[in-house]
Amino acid sequence: MSHEPRLDALVQRADDLFRDQALASVADWKARTGGLAVGFLPIYVPRELLHAQGVLPVGVMGGRPELEIIKGDAFYQSYICHLPRSTIELGLNGAYAPLDGLIFPAICDVIRNLSGMWQMLFPDVLVHYLDVPQNFDPAIGGTFYRRDLEALAAALEARGARPLTGEALSRSIALYNENRRLVRELYDLRRREPWKVPTHELYVFLRAALLVPVEESTPMFAEYLALVSADGSRRPQDQARVLVAGSFCEQPPLALIKTLERAGCYIVDDDFVQVHRFIRSDIPVDGDPLQRLVDAFLTDAVASPTRYIADEVKGADLERRIAESGAEGVLFCAPSFCDPALLDQPMAVRAAERAAIPWTAFKYAENSGQFQVIREQAGTFSDSIKLWSAT
Amino acid sequence: MSPAPAAVASAQKDSSQVRQKAMIARHFDRLAAAPETGARCAYTFVPGNLTELLLSFDLLPVLPEINALQSAMRGKTAEYIAVAEKLGHSEDVCTYVKSDIGMMKSGNVGPTGQRLPSPDLLLLSYTGCFTFMKWFELLREEYQAPVAMLHVPYQADGRITDSMRAYVVDQLKTAVIPKLEAVTGRRYDEDKLKVLLARSALAEDDLVWVLQSAKNVPSPIDAYFGAVYYLGPIFSAFRGTEEAVEYYRSLREEIAERVREGKGPVTPEGEVTHERFRVVVEGPPSWTHFRAFWKMFADEGAVAVASTYSKVGGVYDFGFRHDPGRPLETLAEYCLGCYTNLSLPTRIDLLTRYVAEYRADGFLINSVKSCNSFSAGQLHILREVEARSGRPGGFVESDLVDPRYFSAANIKNRLESYFQMLEQKRVGAVS
Ligand code: SF4
Ligand code: SF4
Repeated sequence: MSHEPRLDALVQRADDLFRDQALASVADWKARTGGLAVGFLPIYVPRELLHAQGVLPVGVMGGRPELEIIKGDAFYQSYICHLPRSTIELGLNGAYAPLDGLIFPAICDVIRNLSGMWQMLFPDVLVHYLDVPQNFDPAIGGTFYRRDLEALAAALEARGARPLTGEALSRSIALYNENRRLVRELYDLRRREPWKVPTHELYVFLRAALLVPVEESTPMFAEYLALVSADGSRRPQDQARVLVAGSFCEQPPLALIKTLERAGCYIVDDDFVQVHRFIRSDIPVDGDPLQRLVDAFLTDAVASPTRYIADEVKGADLERRIAESGAEGVLFCAPSFCDPALLDQPMAVRAAERAAIPWTAFKYAENSGQFQVIREQAGTFSDSIKLWSAT
Repeated sequence: MSPAPAAVASAQKDSSQVRQKAMIARHFDRLAAAPETGARCAYTFVPGNLTELLLSFDLLPVLPEINALQSAMRGKTAEYIAVAEKLGHSEDVCTYVKSDIGMMKSGNVGPTGQRLPSPDLLLLSYTGCFTFMKWFELLREEYQAPVAMLHVPYQADGRITDSMRAYVVDQLKTAVIPKLEAVTGRRYDEDKLKVLLARSALAEDDLVWVLQSAKNVPSPIDAYFGAVYYLGPIFSAFRGTEEAVEYYRSLREEIAERVREGKGPVTPEGEVTHERFRVVVEGPPSWTHFRAFWKMFADEGAVAVASTYSKVGGVYDFGFRHDPGRPLETLAEYCLGCYTNLSLPTRIDLLTRYVAEYRADGFLINSVKSCNSFSAGQLHILREVEARSGRPGGFVESDLVDPRYFSAANIKNRLESYFQMLEQKRVGAVS
């Protein structure tokens, strides 16, 4: 709690949205506007395109620990990550009823296969597999991706969305640029003064912003940024600065983020809810806006483990982030059984070692409830960092 | 993911097994001799392999999946996986990758006991599984070898679109072929490629005939375990060669003879003389216990009459053939059509169709921990195929090359109960 009631109220609102697994806010929006709402799985979809067609993009990020998985487990063997089970559970228990469709970005075999299951389980909704290219040549991967986006726009239109126009898309890009800029500013502030922007708080804003239109989330981010910047009651503590890597799809429970903070870590960079930062800078609003979206994906996206890294040394992006964030250690924090994160990890570890900073690794599931072991591990890790940095 | 040409020690073999074993051994000899002969090699994967294109550049293919599964059959993978895990590779990920890394770190001695050459090129043809991409990112760090990347889109809606085909062809032209030219110092020779593709189609015709011979009752082949041997040449380094054409021609003759004689399949324990159950199998075999697993079927008189695993290196039974008239387009369509690149609904249709067309009593899923590409969704497949085919499905869990996940007693129990259930259903249906 802060000394600022407006800040408390704002955090409370974000938290209420974050906890709204049945998507009541989405249903309200639909009732108010008569528009379509289409969900998307991690990591990234070009929300601008949906917005330009009057569609509300809704981030679907699995379930929180309280969600009891009854039906979802009957679809997956024990050695498959948790996110698809809760997604199925929420789908079957009606939580996604407000959604007119779901987009499955091509990030791993689990999401890929889930797209086919969704086609069969929910034949009445739009199911679109967004097969993002792994070839980043504009003439080749770019052409393919553009056709995929055109197909998505046509599919949305067939469901009753507005036709995609260049003008509307340019406007949407500008709105999302502003939204992403605020997220970047929050991340910058957290890097500079992590005590001002505790990650467990920032995180609920990132999640809340997945459920409301950009016109609502932008002022929310802006107000939060203004309030925490001005909040003199938030004072520095003796914490270790860490970068958290590997949590780009199935999300850690909020309690895990709090555990890391309580164990003495300031999280100064992470890949939670990465859709907000997947495109690194503003997308130009001049020229052909659809091509601008395509180019942004090809040339300005983060080096996610789900993307093929062609020319750069693997892990170079992590080294850069370590340097920019001033992290003193890396926590590799991946969901159990997450292929992209765990296959990438040995290469990411080498990057941390090249950057000559300590690291430690653990795994979680979105429904993990016990953090004692992680708390001890993170506590020891942050203590050792503080000890070394003090000498 | 790939079927194996491998030795089954002291087992009964049909002559095709002996022949394919000799072919594969010759290939490994060529690889072992590469440092002396100057032959260049490309590491690549089975699903979506571009063997004809590689051979047109006289590049020798090395298939790490096949090395891994053969190492498993030789009992080496527990050790290799331990090496990789000690180096920080997670216990949760595909054991093919860890086996390969462990083998490399242990001297890169291949399945025949000969040292494998380092890659001159990593041909990352990325079909039906995201792990491939990470695998070669890992290998690139180890070998500092150039990578040619071919991203093959997924058939999410059950069809190949013009955009997908064009995307793959464009990559072949601009990303793959120039790398092959650079590595070998040769020009792309389309005429040579066409000759190879024409040979592929001949071999594919005979392979399809052999696999479809299992529609006979009794089936002359085992289309899961036995098929692994038949598929070795075409799924590895031989598609497009004269040797492969000859091998499949003579294999067809051999199987035709078995059909005429009304014989069942040859298994390591002997011939199946009384076919009690006909089953369709989904999922790859467990290579560490290949023979024991097969015996569990053979002891019950259970014969696999069709399998999806035999389609990971290409689905040929619905008409696709490599077409020399459209060399790059045909390679694109081949890559796009491999089994694990098919959507879940398509996989369900295919299995349901196999159950009906091969007159199966049921179908069985061997769900392997390593492979999300295969396994994520298999419980859904189980229920859907049961509902559509009206035949009972069985489900066992194991792993590809990690012996820690093969619980023989548990799997045997499950299989026995499953076959008992098939028996009871049959008795019920008759009475
Ligand atoms: S958590 Fe990892 S494996 Fe699971 S769906 Fe997400 S990216 Fe795929
Ligand atoms: S995950 Fe499956 S398809 Fe992919 S490399 Fe491993 S075994 Fe093969």
